[in-house]
Amino acid sequence: MKKVSIHITLKEGVLDPEGKAIEGSLATLGYEGVKEVRVGKLIEMYMDDAVDVKAEVEAMCQKLLANPVIENYTYDVEEGVVS
Amino acid sequence: MIVFPGSNCDRDMYHAAKDALGEEAELVWYQDSHLSGYDAILIPGGFSYGDYLRCGAIASTSKIVDSLKREAERGTPILGVCNGFQILLEAGLLPGALLRNEKLKFICHHETLVVKNNQTQFTSDYQMDEEISIPVAHGEGNYYCDDETLAQLKTNQQIVFTYKDNPNGSVADIAGIINEAGNVLGMMPHPERATETILGSMDGLKMFTSLVKNWRDSYVTNA
Repeated sequence: MKKVSIHITLKEGVLDPEGKAIEGSLATLGYEGVKEVRVGKLIEMYMDDAVDVKAEVEAMCQKLLANPVIENYTYDVEEGVVS
Repeated sequence: MIVFPGSNCDRDMYHAAKDALGEEAELVWYQDSHLSGYDAILIPGGFSYGDYLRCGAIASTSKIVDSLKREAERGTPILGVCNGFQILLEAGLLPGALLRNEKLKFICHHETLVVKNNQTQFTSDYQMDEEISIPVAHGEGNYYCDDETLAQLKTNQQIVFTYKDNPNGSVADIAGIINEAGNVLGMMPHPERATETILGSMDGLKMFTSLVKNWRDSYVTNA
């Protein structure tokens, strides 16, 4: 099995109100070193070894998992995972 | 009227079309994948699939949306309100995306909208720049598109409604847009909830009367 971890983040310049709220909360807790917070998503998938991961994951991200208008995505593949 | 699991304004929309407007209407469950034979298609608001992943994203992959895309191509008038607008954007039938409201709050009140294009089949009963009172009810209605898309929307007069006092951070105060062909309109505010005096405003009814009038005109012309 392969384990695919997909990271979805908002594009630069797209407002992230949730990140802003967390930023404010961290400031309240005294973490003055935090300059900016952006919130994204992590999707983990287990796939058959036979699957062409690159082609399928790219298509999945374009079609459904990410919205290319506002989001970027990257993914890592871990080979030989026992589920 | 398409009903998805999690749609919750379908009855309001049905009531507006059937009782306030006095036309025939049907609720179509999303698993019935055929939409042909209808003179107009309405996509109601709600929280299809619990807003999982992104609002409207899961619904936009359902089979009925393939049928919706074919109808859009054929020129059938399609109106998406609130979650219906989110689904139209996710399906690629309208440009842009909707983000979380700027101030993170779910907003639920009447807003003043300005009619910026009354040359559409959905808005011809309004005056240009007419101010109308329509309720909003959303947490993710902050319309976003890049500068290039915004310039196109402006050039093609695709911005149909703007907010007088922008409540959610939308780019260029956008409340509703139409596609280039002029048959697919998406908006966050709920015109179906402003179709009777008892609801506090009747300003939304003209959208439905415009649609019917234009359909009749084209039907009579083409008959």
